Amino acid sequence: MVEHVQNINNAVVTLDVALPGIIWGWMITLNMWAKSIATGVVLVGGYLFFRYKDEKGGVPGIKTIIPIVAFIFLNIFLLFTLLDLHQPFRMINIFLHPHFTSAITVGAWMASALTGIIAYMSFLVVVKKNTTGLYETLLKWAIFLSVPVTMYTAVIMGQASARELWQTPAELIQMMLAAFLVGSATLAFFSPKWSKEAKRDLAIILGMSAFLSFTIYMGEYFLSWKLAEAEATMAYVHSGGEYNMLFWAGQIIGFILPAIFSFMATRNGSAPLLQIAAILSIIGLYMAKHVWLVIPQLLSLS
Amino acid sequence: MKLGFLVDLDLCMGCKGCEVACKVENEVPLSSWRLRVKYVDQGVYPDASRTFTPLRCNHCEDAPCEQICPVSALHYLDNGIVNVDKSRCIGCAGCMMACPYGAIYMDPETNTADKCTYCAHRIEGGLMPACVVACPVEANIFGDIEDPLSNISQYISKDKRVQVRKPEKNTKPKHFYVGGGQAQLNPLAATREDGYSLFSNITHLKHIGKAH
Repeated sequence: MVEHVQNINNAVVTLDVALPGIIWGWMITLNMWAKSIATGVVLVGGYLFFRYKDEKGGVPGIKTIIPIVAFIFLNIFLLFTLLDLHQPFRMINIFLHPHFTSAITVGAWMASALTGIIAYMSFLVVVKKNTTGLYETLLKWAIFLSVPVTMYTAVIMGQASARELWQTPAELIQMMLAAFLVGSATLAFFSPKWSKEAKRDLAIILGMSAFLSFTIYMGEYFLSWKLAEAEATMAYVHSGGEYNMLFWAGQIIGFILPAIFSFMATRNGSAPLLQIAAILSIIGLYMAKHVWLVIPQLLSLS
Repeated sequence: MKLGFLVDLDLCMGCKGCEVACKVENEVPLSSWRLRVKYVDQGVYPDASRTFTPLRCNHCEDAPCEQICPVSALHYLDNGIVNVDKSRCIGCAGCMMACPYGAIYMDPETNTADKCTYCAHRIEGGLMPACVVACPVEANIFGDIEDPLSNISQYISKDKRVQVRKPEKNTKPKHFYVGGGQAQLNPLAATREDGYSLFSNITHLKHIGKAH
């Protein structure tokens, strides 16, 4: 439990009610993680498709990979969003009684639209076997929608005024980097037959995303805070409290090692090295996201 | 009309009458509280003292819970009360993450968010909130803060020690305190030792997330 950074006159709470535990837990982490993979595959895959579609070798199979992988992970994301609700059958109220000042509402509408587009793209690929014309138009719309769908969770965290640790500008950037990180990592598993240039691009995106994510986390971890509750939360992690180990494990597995391995892969074009970086980043991102989600909830608000 | 609350901490004696009255009036389930009285001990024996701080929803003018609620289950009434429509709530807990005062709870029986409504149902019938009626020393002062002649407005205009919790959050609370200080109103200013509270070693609710 995070507590007292400025204990006044030996003040001690001697009677209070029981406090809620972790309100948003692993299901929300899984939600963010799966969404990052889905939108990341669309964003990075879309870039690779439009960049290399006319080149020899290029990125074979990308037209199938993008909608199928995105569809699977968008559905994981939506499933756990639903399961985390205390009244899941009332989810329909978001569409029947929407309140558009809430990022939850805006996000739900955009994520639903994106899922619809991706579902239709999957239909075109699997059933119609037609990936020209309409498919490419839908892909452009999917790329366009993937940006706000990636970032809206950061806006929700920004609206969660009780958790000072979640700062909107930093979280927005972290969400985008997370999508690029695990999007490129997921695509790395399909990349062995892709051109050397496409693989190098994947490695650069993965490595840069990992490096920048790590840099921002370190900035937030070590540089001084101007908000008392955020300061108290970080001081608790600094002092070796709960989640200290998981925080550093997430940083090392999710960002440091993938950054090193993917930069090495850009130099020698090693597909196995890129895939090791990919596996590590997918696992490590979950850990890093989970710690960042949970630690501000350790703070007593009253 | 904008309804507000003021607690005179100099008068409160920690009897918890308000807490019990609230529980009964609103049928608040076991392990949940709309209003609670926090005890804070200060100083070192023999120069030690105990203070009592009733905590409830602040009915903020810029309520983060109202803003984040995706289905308007949390909404403003014309008199300034931030009310809850439990039949609409989807239980996303966004309001619990947004409220800087920890005033919202997940009702374990209905699986919906709930909180103090200043007894909106009683006010509609011309009655005072249950906690105001129960207070034996009139430490709870309730009324229209836009009426300069109301008791609460008189208090706010005359007493220089009026303060709100966490003013830096810019939520514009309509719940005020007279007396008390950082140790009572700022959660970071007092130690909270798990398992060493008076009367109880239950520190975290098990039905909401995991204990830590």
